[in-house]
Amino acid sequence: MPKDGGIGASSKRREDVRFLTGAGNYTDDINIRGQAHVFFLRSDVAHGTLNAVNTAAAEAMPGVVKVFTGADFEAVGGMPCGWQVTDKHGEPMQEPRHPILAHGKVRHVGEPIAAVVADTLEQARDAAEAIEVDITELPAVIDMKAAVASDDVKVHDDLTSNLCYDWGFVEENKAATDEAFEKAAHVTTLELVNNRLVANPMEPRVAVGDYARGTQDHTLYTTSQNPHVIRLLMGAFVLGIPEHKLRVVAPDVGGGFGTKIFHYQEEAFVTFAAKACNRPVKWTSSRSEAFMSDAHGRDHVTKIELALDAEHNFTAVRTETFANMGAYLSTFAPSIPTWLHGTLMAGNYKTPLIYVNVKAVFTNTVPVDAYRGAGRPEATFQLERVIDKAARELGVDPVDLRRQNFITEFPYATPVAVEYDTGDYHATMDKVLALSDRDGFAARRKESEAKGKLRGFGINCFIEACGIAPSNLVGQLGARAGLYESATVRVNATGGLVVMTGSHSHGQGHETSFAQVVADMIGIDENMIEIVHGDTANTPMGMGTYGSRSIAVGGSAMVRATEKIIAKAKKIASHLLEASESDIELKDGAFSVAGTDKSVAWGDVTLAAYVPHNYPLEDIEPGLEETAFYDPSNFTYPAGAYTCEVEVDPATGEVSIERFASADDFGNVINPMIVEGQVHGGIAQGIGQALLENCTYDENGQLLSASYMDYAMPRADNLPEMTHYVVDHSCQTPCTHNPLGVKGCGEAGAIGSPPTVINAIIDALQSGGHKVDHLDMPATPARVWAAMQG
Amino acid sequence: MYNFEVETPGSVADAVAALGREDAQALGGGQTLIPTLKQRLASPSVLVCLSGIAEMKGVCRTDDGQITIGGGTTHAAVAKATAESFPGLSGLASHIGDPAVRNRGTIGGSLANNDPSACYPAAALGAGATIVTNAREIAADDFFQGMFTTDLEEGEIITEVRFPVPEVSNYQKFVQPASRFALVGVFVAKFGDGVRVAVTGASNDGVFRWTDAEAALSANFSAEALGGLSISDDDMISDLHGTAAYRAHLVGVMTKRAVTSAA
Repeated sequence: MPKDGGIGASSKRREDVRFLTGAGNYTDDINIRGQAHVFFLRSDVAHGTLNAVNTAAAEAMPGVVKVFTGADFEAVGGMPCGWQVTDKHGEPMQEPRHPILAHGKVRHVGEPIAAVVADTLEQARDAAEAIEVDITELPAVIDMKAAVASDDVKVHDDLTSNLCYDWGFVEENKAATDEAFEKAAHVTTLELVNNRLVANPMEPRVAVGDYARGTQDHTLYTTSQNPHVIRLLMGAFVLGIPEHKLRVVAPDVGGGFGTKIFHYQEEAFVTFAAKACNRPVKWTSSRSEAFMSDAHGRDHVTKIELALDAEHNFTAVRTETFANMGAYLSTFAPSIPTWLHGTLMAGNYKTPLIYVNVKAVFTNTVPVDAYRGAGRPEATFQLERVIDKAARELGVDPVDLRRQNFITEFPYATPVAVEYDTGDYHATMDKVLALSDRDGFAARRKESEAKGKLRGFGINCFIEACGIAPSNLVGQLGARAGLYESATVRVNATGGLVVMTGSHSHGQGHETSFAQVVADMIGIDENMIEIVHGDTANTPMGMGTYGSRSIAVGGSAMVRATEKIIAKAKKIASHLLEASESDIELKDGAFSVAGTDKSVAWGDVTLAAYVPHNYPLEDIEPGLEETAFYDPSNFTYPAGAYTCEVEVDPATGEVSIERFASADDFGNVINPMIVEGQVHGGIAQGIGQALLENCTYDENGQLLSASYMDYAMPRADNLPEMTHYVVDHSCQTPCTHNPLGVKGCGEAGAIGSPPTVINAIIDALQSGGHKVDHLDMPATPARVWAAMQG
Repeated sequence: MYNFEVETPGSVADAVAALGREDAQALGGGQTLIPTLKQRLASPSVLVCLSGIAEMKGVCRTDDGQITIGGGTTHAAVAKATAESFPGLSGLASHIGDPAVRNRGTIGGSLANNDPSACYPAAALGAGATIVTNAREIAADDFFQGMFTTDLEEGEIITEVRFPVPEVSNYQKFVQPASRFALVGVFVAKFGDGVRVAVTGASNDGVFRWTDAEAALSANFSAEALGGLSISDDDMISDLHGTAAYRAHLVGVMTKRAVTSAA
């Protein structure tokens, strides 16, 4: 029976009422009296020497408050990188300076060169056109392998090369891995591209800077997934503003998908300019700006090899990946192709030897950083594709080959430094095969063939490391931040609660699901609980939301804080009931004395806490408010198995996804409806990557896919009918190390689905006699057709 | 966008007069022009808004059997009004863009812009329509003169478009995955005296007639008649979304499908 409240209930998303009725409060809705607007003049060349920026004419234009150039920021720190990767020789990565406004050189199309602050946006744009920019255009380097092979074109003159780092993992395993390949009975090799993506959240980025001259307080309103991280990075490393004089507010945010994690120049600019101009300064990104200034995602070029013995046991995996950093290091860019990618190369399999080499490369392109899944989709895609290729080469069932190599005993320490706590990969495989009716596939293929279509069945597994945390572990791996989470639970006198969380909701439904957890623990109605997030002024220091970490880490902090509340409330109840504290039980929002009919209601206790007339003041303080910080002992490891059926039109190469099924193990689930929505959305983005999305530059560094006219987003009709778009999370092996037993579900769909789609297309093409063993994403009609022509 | 003045004439005569002003630009449904203005890629001093001109709106059947469509008629209105009388045209109009586009965009605006990937030019050329302006009548065969180029003079307004109604017709569009404009679109129209085939989306020269297919289909109106035909990819568009060879191939596929659907 579905529950009607608390943990496990599909409570309707309370925040949707305001989102769907136009009552949300997004950053662009924030307009401060007297605000000016900024327009950024951005580079239209990918690489060039910036000889001069003459702003005299612009400054004389109507409405112009001030025009800024890179020279105005010479005394200010550059944009910081939050993660330092150490290369295979033990040396730190190369870390270039990243100015707020370009200085000396421009290094990608879209890099801001100057900023005009004016009374209106149109005046700022008019004035920007009057700025004279003298650039000597230089050859650009776009291709990663070319960037590494030669120093003829260097993105950063002061670095030794275009190589950010050359990372080997685990370096000590390299010799043994190479030896395993020499002894292998069979080796399958696959070279592939993981296509560059643009996140495209529905709400573009916005930043509003405000400065109170009287108190010298700075406020930044911004579209961020982690306002405290922005406060720390911008305050400490960029502008030198102490945290107690800097408030960062991320109000309602319309989608992030990773690209709103990072600290961007525009945020630092409006904060700086608000003081410099003594006026609030607002920037709202246009969609065109978003394409060339939001951090992009993915963009790996990989060679993966899989070694098997004569019995088809995986004996080793070896990879070489070129990972595009773009022109500068975005906030967490170095960690994505390393610690969020290399550590996942075991997948769901007991491969004993793994060696991962990653070369991170600077190019004259927009910086690349985390995008939904971040490193884990790249790991999953190459591993699941090479396994599928191996099964075809060996003539074995891809399901059997996977099952044979599944990890079955937990905890399991992989050869790539992580320990899976729980899982049951056969269970999710069984489930997805049942959901997808694999047994009926042959008949469906015949039906498709009768219509002149090729039908294919794709399957794969995935695992991800989520609940991105242990601070001590990520510190060892180079993170320049902790990754705990926080919560303050404030109980009001009349019994209602406010939970202030360091997590941030930008579409995930935290206001609903977090309330369910606390309501369940106390036994009260969810509607008595308000979830507050997104404002450094009224939430405890938190690390924000990404990496499917909010319920696993933020939710656990909330559980810990609520446990403290309950413990104190029991003390108060024991006083009111004149009973021993150990005899007090909390059930359905009432405290009772075990074995008696004596009880007090939740509201009686909370009132006593704030009106302490009859109260043990000598033993406990009045009030009922507790804070907890939670830092887990491990990542969580959601895993699953996905299937996809496609029809390929051999006349045009068009691919249609007819069926999709997912069996995910997220451990315990708080709100099944929200979980299913997250998976549906994640799969939609994965299908977008597999079939449609492609961020493309020409050889001169011009962004070819710079608008929705050329960048194809998935739409409803690219997805299967809902009756054949089945997401299931009934296989549950609860996480063993967090109090809720949860694993996180935000990224799974985007991680697990791309290889499923490509595996299905390859199956379809081979069924038609086409000798195609790989297709790079996106599998557009033109690419599929070209592959069929041989 | 840059500042401009707006004129809202109520008649074609007033619109023509307004277009005589310096740097004046006619505004139909604005589906191309407004985004262009927002990106500051055009800077007319005066926009002459045609949407208030009643005499340029509506669909009717003339005594000689042709369907006449006012230049200011939206795609949605065309789709609805021609569903019975000219299903090939109705089907084309009902798949342009999305509902918002179809309820703002106009046939006159689309033809005057002559985007190489637009749908309407294929219908006008494929059906052998007559483009009527405030000054003259222009046969579709003379009207389209390469991508974004037409026979229209400065300040000339498309007031109506007259379509001969074919016995059967059909439009097949293979969409570009991002914009969903035509990567290749083919309009096939069978008349008593022959078949016309017009192709949009494919060529660097904009919409064109595939005369080899017309000859084959005029002799035998069936997909099989196209079996041995192919079209050269010499002048085809090659871009992110498809090579010239792919587009040339799709011309054949879409033509066959249009014939099958029309027959």
